[in-house]
Amino acid sequence: MKKIFARPMSLRDIDTHYCAGCGHGIVHRLVCEIIDELDIREKTIAVCPVGCAVIAYDYWDFDCCEAAHGRAMAVATGIKRVQPDKFVFTYQGDGDLAAIGTAETVHTANRGENISVVFINNAVYGMTGGQMAPTTLVSQKTTTTPLGRNAAREGHPLRVCELLSGLASVAYLERTALDSSGAVIKTKKALKNAFLNQLQGKGFSLVEILSPCPTCWGKSPEESLRWVKEEMTKVFPLGRYK
Amino acid sequence: MREEIICAGFGGQGIMLLGKVIAQAALKEDKYVTWIPSYGAAMRGGTAFCMVVVSDKEIASPYVDTPDTLFVFNQPSWDKFKAKVKSKGLALVNSTLVSEKNPPKNIKVASVPFTEMAVSLGNVRVANMVALGKYLKEKDMFKPKTVFEVFSEIAPKGKKGLIEINRKAIEEGFNR
Amino acid sequence: MNTKILMTGNEAIGEAAVRAGCDFYAGYPITPQNELTAYMAKRMPQEGRIFIQAESELAAISMLMGASASGKRVMTTSSSPGISLKQEGISYLAGAELPALIVNIMRGGPGLGNIAPSQSDYFQATKGGGHGDYHCIVLAPSSVQEGYDLVFLGFELADKYRLPTIILGDGMLGQMMEALELSAFSSQPSAGKKPWALTGCKARKPNIVKSFYMHEGGLEEFNKKLQKRYRQIEKQEQRFENSHLDDSDIVLVAYGSMARIARSAVDALRKKGKKAGLIRPVTLWPFPFDIFDNLLRKKKKIKFFVTEMSYGQMLEDVRLAVNGRAPVDFFGRSGGGIPTVEEILEKI
Repeated sequence: MKKIFARPMSLRDIDTHYCAGCGHGIVHRLVCEIIDELDIREKTIAVCPVGCAVIAYDYWDFDCCEAAHGRAMAVATGIKRVQPDKFVFTYQGDGDLAAIGTAETVHTANRGENISVVFINNAVYGMTGGQMAPTTLVSQKTTTTPLGRNAAREGHPLRVCELLSGLASVAYLERTALDSSGAVIKTKKALKNAFLNQLQGKGFSLVEILSPCPTCWGKSPEESLRWVKEEMTKVFPLGRYK
Repeated sequence: MREEIICAGFGGQGIMLLGKVIAQAALKEDKYVTWIPSYGAAMRGGTAFCMVVVSDKEIASPYVDTPDTLFVFNQPSWDKFKAKVKSKGLALVNSTLVSEKNPPKNIKVASVPFTEMAVSLGNVRVANMVALGKYLKEKDMFKPKTVFEVFSEIAPKGKKGLIEINRKAIEEGFNR
Repeated sequence: MNTKILMTGNEAIGEAAVRAGCDFYAGYPITPQNELTAYMAKRMPQEGRIFIQAESELAAISMLMGASASGKRVMTTSSSPGISLKQEGISYLAGAELPALIVNIMRGGPGLGNIAPSQSDYFQATKGGGHGDYHCIVLAPSSVQEGYDLVFLGFELADKYRLPTIILGDGMLGQMMEALELSAFSSQPSAGKKPWALTGCKARKPNIVKSFYMHEGGLEEFNKKLQKRYRQIEKQEQRFENSHLDDSDIVLVAYGSMARIARSAVDALRKKGKKAGLIRPVTLWPFPFDIFDNLLRKKKKIKFFVTEMSYGQMLEDVRLAVNGRAPVDFFGRSGGGIPTVEEILEKI
């Protein structure tokens, strides 16, 4: 009998710690599928974030490095510059990449570092228990915006793809979502583009993935997928930005 | 032998370079030497100075509080350092830019128009080397030959004219 | 023929790093160490090594983390306010057991302070600096030549013990020009001997470089391991220089640039017939406690006099070392003030 579905070799066979309906598991798997398909597991070095995916290295069966909160791209810069023949990617959430690590994000992109960035945007700080993220939607309730994000006080959601699209050194920017199986397939395609760009020496590539966080949003997994599609994509339009 | 020197003037008068040439010459003659610059916001147009210590023994403190020799190229530097020169010390004063009616009595003051002499040589920037020439005359610290060797080592390549004018400046100062 | 050349402390440290096989440098401009960053910008590419001007000190130290995790020799340099920012990464380096060389050319503080020489970061360097129960080895050069030499030692110790090592200099040392004897390029004894490095999991299990221990008891175990290593370092790596200790009634204690001024004070005291000596710690952590112990065991009547470009930071370690067995006096200035020989003589 032909095997048509299996766990990617790069993904370890362990129980998940992620909540039901969380998008991290899907993206972890997509990353591993692509690494297997490109046969680059033995030359991959991932930089894991501070946030819910802090222990991504428990799932991934390749070399991984920790980074301080927000500094993943600086760590990746150090790794890639001394080992340009390796495949280096960072995996970061919205607080990590777009709040505390904004400077690192903008400058790593602006230097055109030849790395790939997987950016999970779920509009909230998950690991610390649901505080406002830079990408939290206006009027979205979080533990630090109990009445909803007020644009006059907290500003508007930060749009990373739009922000980086003006930088000359950026090779590739795409925003995708995880709200349907079709969307997941598109996400995988975008991630593969970003990974291939690095292997071909094209420079800085980032994929922003709109991802559900049922626990911190106070919604069921199903409602969460709908919210990604109906609310998040309005503020964060999907598509290719560069 | 321990000679403590302060060179002071406006930024741009070649103060740091003067100190460096002295330091290089000292090294060439197998002496111990330290050179410390003042630096920072005061450099552009303000008072800049460096401290040089030359010794035949290992130098402990490189810090010069009371110099044996003071080079001054502008009025603020003279006002700042004149009282610090050691008794029987030497002050080489740029009389083009410094006026002094009552110099300290216990020191030797050599007032020479360094800037004016440099201008008549054709390059205001060699005022520092005119002063160095005067110093070599006043104090038998290094052979002028050693200083000329330093020039040819530190001058940018292809700038022979620069070595020549600096050499002339030394001679003018020396014969003054 | 004199084979020595004149170099500033900043340049000498840079050249030493190049010759000691530094593969990667990242830095951010700050006075009074800008010549060092500029020197690395010029020299590293000449040797086919990596230089990056980072967007901040936070980024620079994290870049070091990545390059060190890759098994490479790495260095960053800065001055006091910049070193404060680097504490985040230094704590991570300590937690992830990554070697790195960090140079602090100290300036006046607190806050933006000024750009004059200072020694007021002693606590920060020797007592942790960042969060967590860790130490960095701290080396304090007092001449341009020693600044050069300690770079080689610093890299070796960092590799040997897998921890960040700090060279604690000051603006005077960084800016000062002095004769220097260059040494040959050295090979890295530790090169290729870092099985923990992230180089891709070819023909081995994946490596993980991290400081995070989630399972119960894991972090405590890890800390015990670190502490054991620190005790070993304290036993084996104390370094100091001393003079005239055999017949001294009064022993001056000073490090770095300040030790040179103290040495001049000792010379002046001796000229006056006073029996003065000097202890100059070269390692500030581990602090050379043993020399104080040995001295106090032999000599009952002795006095110590600590002098620093701070209001008394190393003083606390000297007091710990002396532990009430002898008087310990102090004179220090800070914020750009440098104690002079005359002031020291007056206070003694």
